[in-house]
Amino acid sequence: MSPKTIIAASMVMLGMLAAPAFADERPQAPAADEIVKKANHAALYQGSDVKGAVSMIITDRQGRTRKRGFNMLRKDVGAGDGDQEYYVYFNEPADVRKMSFMVHKNGDPARDDDRWLYMPGLDLVKRIAAGDKRTSFVGSDYLYEDISGRSPLEDAHELTGTTDNCYILKNVPKEPGSVEFAYYLAHIDRKTFIPVKLEFFKKPDRLCRVIEVLKIDSMEALENGRKVLYPTVTRSVARNLDTGSKTEMTFSNVRYNIGLTDQIFTERYLRRPPKEAMR
Amino acid sequence: MKARGSPGAFLCLIAALVVPAGAICQAEDGQGGLLDALAAQVHGYYEVRAGCRTGRDPYEEDMSIMETRLQLELPASARWFDLKYKGDLWADGITDEAGHDTRELWLFSRPTDLLDVKIGRQVLTWGTGDLVFLNDLFPKDWRSFFIGRDAEYLKAPSDAIKLGFFTDIANLDLVYTPRFDPDRFITGEYVSYWNGQAGRPAGRDAIVHARQPDRWLEDYEIALRLYRNVNGYELALYGYRGYWKTPEGQTPSGAPVFPRLNAYGFSVRGRTGPGIGNVELAYYRSVNDPHGEDPLVRNSEARYLAGYAQEISTDLNGSLQYYVEQVLNWGNYARGLKGANGKDQFRHVVTLQLTQLMMDQNLRLSLGGYYSPSDRDAYLRPNIHYMYTDNIRLELGANIFLGEDPSTFFAQFEKNTNIYTAVRYSF
Repeated sequence: MSPKTIIAASMVMLGMLAAPAFADERPQAPAADEIVKKANHAALYQGSDVKGAVSMIITDRQGRTRKRGFNMLRKDVGAGDGDQEYYVYFNEPADVRKMSFMVHKNGDPARDDDRWLYMPGLDLVKRIAAGDKRTSFVGSDYLYEDISGRSPLEDAHELTGTTDNCYILKNVPKEPGSVEFAYYLAHIDRKTFIPVKLEFFKKPDRLCRVIEVLKIDSMEALENGRKVLYPTVTRSVARNLDTGSKTEMTFSNVRYNIGLTDQIFTERYLRRPPKEAMR
Repeated sequence: MKARGSPGAFLCLIAALVVPAGAICQAEDGQGGLLDALAAQVHGYYEVRAGCRTGRDPYEEDMSIMETRLQLELPASARWFDLKYKGDLWADGITDEAGHDTRELWLFSRPTDLLDVKIGRQVLTWGTGDLVFLNDLFPKDWRSFFIGRDAEYLKAPSDAIKLGFFTDIANLDLVYTPRFDPDRFITGEYVSYWNGQAGRPAGRDAIVHARQPDRWLEDYEIALRLYRNVNGYELALYGYRGYWKTPEGQTPSGAPVFPRLNAYGFSVRGRTGPGIGNVELAYYRSVNDPHGEDPLVRNSEARYLAGYAQEISTDLNGSLQYYVEQVLNWGNYARGLKGANGKDQFRHVVTLQLTQLMMDQNLRLSLGGYYSPSDRDAYLRPNIHYMYTDNIRLELGANIFLGEDPSTFFAQFEKNTNIYTAVRYSF
């Protein structure tokens, strides 16, 4: 993998499952507005910080597998589901082991995120330019945007149905030329507001990619001294129906509200990772 | 690269590090065997790399590189400090030598919120250039770069103490190297070069043996960086006290020496349009010849760099840089030449780097290029890098030197133009 592939890592931060950051622009549909806001929060902003280990197994059409593994730290900056800081420390494969990656995510979608990559063999801190968000994340079937969250203004959202467990939203890109799909359906859990299934369609209604949650665990944490439970996606899978490839992702050793400081998300810790990131 | 010790010493080193590492791991978890703890910690690779010149060079072997290399990396951690060893065992078919090269052997500690300390052999890098260095005066290994070793080998290690001070106003890095660490520069052993004294190309027939300042504590280097991040823009000031990293002077009898050098500089890097822009400046003060009157010592210089990098299309990244070296006190330099062929006052270099990822990002095609319109020479680095599996990597590349005048920087290496291939197994 190259630095470029690693860019994708920024996504890690965003929660383990694609959580398009929905924004409803039609005030006459308050229900959808509320769903989008809560889904965005559930997928990306639970707790004030979180750490965990991500493992991905990529299986191609011929059954060959590749593995990706990294630890990640996330911290919210301020309240209101806006800016965030991310730290990613790679464990495998061997050619990226011990590389670290840092993102200062700007809540304002008009501003690009700031990203840095550290390559320990050269002791080199590299600044990474913003990139196409519809590219593969570390060679997997997750796209950068699946994980980092799609800009709220890029789709028109519509509540098309409600099942026993889920709200179903149809999302149509406003600039169809900028993405590879025509629209996607998001199934959002009615209790937790976690997006549990995303189905991407090409014209005319041909399913091309699916991301599905396989397991949600309730993670215990302390919030203002009180015990709380954060529902967290711990297993999911992304399937590319065009290439026949799939990626299974697990998220383990998850801990919320551990008191990460802003100092961790600086060049100092990029060059020498905090213990929190290495274990 | 000459062996800096014997394989026996290498094994002792491993043994010395392994034992405490295992003991520490065991002590920390209170369970798990020594072997388990070690197996989880030891990483590295085994590599075979071979390459040849594309044409005949009367001063060098036809093979440009022929080596096998085993790298082992062993970290250890305790509550208050971290240790790391990383070293290569190698066998070189060009020089018929074998040995080891300790790339890292250090202790790191973060004793307070305000201080980081790293002591020992370490690789050091700072500055904003993409394979162009102005204020980074840590040792480089140009011969590795030119014969096609992995990019990691462009940086040679330093034996140094690095202190990092962190405050709300700014951060300060201070690197003290008690004994001068020069570049692993072109000596003629692997790569032929323009020998100015002889006025002809030279190689293994005239290997450069430079007298290196090597007294501990007296021939020291100090490098400083004062830096802070303002709204995503990284600002830095630099200072250096030491020596030219390559032998840029000679004694009256013609022996190459390393004159004193002080350097001062500045850099800024941050978002620029859809990409990342950087500007870096440096003033090199040639302490033994500050006014450029001594023709045996390289003059002071000013160096300027402006660069820009962005994603051009999906999985295709590019960077472009403009770099200028200016000889200061040019009049004195020109007079010292006494009509002989010399350098231009300004050396202009454009660099380009393109990287395309394909096949689920397992295949990487890259092209690095340096072109000097003033020297009218160029250096191209095409490379194909394929991850056959997560552990096995295949590589094919070339180092192409072009130019008209055999005394210019890149053109002097023209007969060293080479292609190489490598297989690496990582564990």
